[in-house]
Amino acid sequence: MRHSSEVIEMGAELGKYKTCVSARSSDKEILKGAQDGGIVTQLFAFALEQGIIDGAIVSAASADEPWKPEPIVATTKAELLAARGTKYNISPNISLIKEATRSYGLDKIGIVGTPCQMQAVRKGQLYPVGLRDVGDKIALAIGIFCMENFPYQSIVQLVEDHAAMKLEAVKKMEIGKGKFWVYGKRGQVVSLPLKVTHKYEQPGCHVCLDYVANLADISTGSVGSPDGWSTVFVRSKKGDDIWAKAIAAGAFETKPIEQVKPGLELVTKLANEKIEKNKKTLEGRKTFGVAKALRNPYI
Amino acid sequence: MVDKISVGYTHLSGCTGCTVALADNYGGLLTLLDKYVDLKYHLTLADVRHIQQVDVAIVEGSVCIQDKLAVEEIKETREKAAVVVALGGCAAYGNITRFTRGGQQNQPQHESYLPIGDLIKVDVYIPGCAPTPQMIRNVCVMAYLLLKGTKEQKDLATKFLTPLMQLAQRGTSACFCDIMTEVINQGLCMGCGSCASACPVRAITIEYGKPQGERDLCIKCGACYAQCPRSFLSMDLVAEYEGIQEAIDAALQ
Repeated sequence: MRHSSEVIEMGAELGKYKTCVSARSSDKEILKGAQDGGIVTQLFAFALEQGIIDGAIVSAASADEPWKPEPIVATTKAELLAARGTKYNISPNISLIKEATRSYGLDKIGIVGTPCQMQAVRKGQLYPVGLRDVGDKIALAIGIFCMENFPYQSIVQLVEDHAAMKLEAVKKMEIGKGKFWVYGKRGQVVSLPLKVTHKYEQPGCHVCLDYVANLADISTGSVGSPDGWSTVFVRSKKGDDIWAKAIAAGAFETKPIEQVKPGLELVTKLANEKIEKNKKTLEGRKTFGVAKALRNPYI
Repeated sequence: MVDKISVGYTHLSGCTGCTVALADNYGGLLTLLDKYVDLKYHLTLADVRHIQQVDVAIVEGSVCIQDKLAVEEIKETREKAAVVVALGGCAAYGNITRFTRGGQQNQPQHESYLPIGDLIKVDVYIPGCAPTPQMIRNVCVMAYLLLKGTKEQKDLATKFLTPLMQLAQRGTSACFCDIMTEVINQGLCMGCGSCASACPVRAITIEYGKPQGERDLCIKCGACYAQCPRSFLSMDLVAEYEGIQEAIDAALQ
């Protein structure tokens, strides 16, 4: 069995990629409600329009509880637009991946997810234990950068108790510049130091060794790019093909990643911070009890 | 072709769903039989049921211990095969046959059904009810590469098959409970929803980001735990997913 410290080699923290740019959607409507550069919404909207995908599994807003994501199969641009923006809690997008090919009848699926969800997609293609006729229908898997995630109840705790705001009154949440930001619809802004948010994180995130969704076709996140723009890694052949078509169609404005601040240096730094921290967690799991280990998921 | 591997298929107490899943590779099955596999015995596909010496024996179904023939067949299967694969939930974990209490005509005394691992040593598990055609295909190609491939292909196949061999060593019980005890209880669940997608009877939903199992619906097929990215994941292997998929597709051309 391999040791967890060997799982990620140094220099591999950004995964394999063909190109990396800073980008934003050229569609004003998409940008208006986007978290950053509207990359995910724009890519899916473009892929839908071109027939590259029949629909996309995205995180929409729950009808019952504010800021609770609910995976849906979006088959129109309006549904994609309604799902814009990051909701900082768990959206079980993979739970729809088989259903998307069944009751929704998709032959070409788009799916967005965190790095661990991209791992689930690729494991599902290599080991389709319970995913009959699903693997070859994954047409575009978009990964989002992720340091950690929160259970819904943690978001309630953070926003309502720590930030003292009603979840219904929140316009946007964001993690950046070392803080958790909550923006109210009336214009108020509350920031919490990440020191406060750490203990509310989902425990399962602490063994994750991927920050930038290494296994996605295309991965994206705000880190590395200026406000309103996103950093984009184009990784697989499929991703490369779709990205080239989207660029040719004028779907995005781009800038070379070397020419933007803070650039890849910050992405690399944060990726290494996450990997190092979680390697320590994995190491600690080996000697968690007295001659008893917690289970290592990486073999 | 000289380089084929010999394969047998022992059919015990299973519904033939595993055979159907294998056959549902359509053209892929014909390519497998044409290029890679010499199918020595199979009750339905070959019309030969006596057990012979083979490289790989695939077993569908659990063993009824009141059925003398079934007990003899599983033992003979083990004795005459280098590698034994438990195909599907019944062979691996008992699956739906775990619920049997006998009383069925015309053999009402047939009431105790065991996963094959309770009677013989099993090398590889393919869980699920039914196992998927693509999973069977991937394991077949990898098993071939392991036995007949180049050094590099053998290494890849070893990496691919190791987790399925470890599942076989882990035991003969499966349940949604594995998601609770081995994933959530171990602090490893991140709420992706793979288990809910994998479950063939829709016994799993995700409530507030974590799996919730309707345990009375669970048929004990083992798909949820095996599908979970936190049950096993080889980072080096999965990083090569594009190349592996291409190699499998090319092998079946």
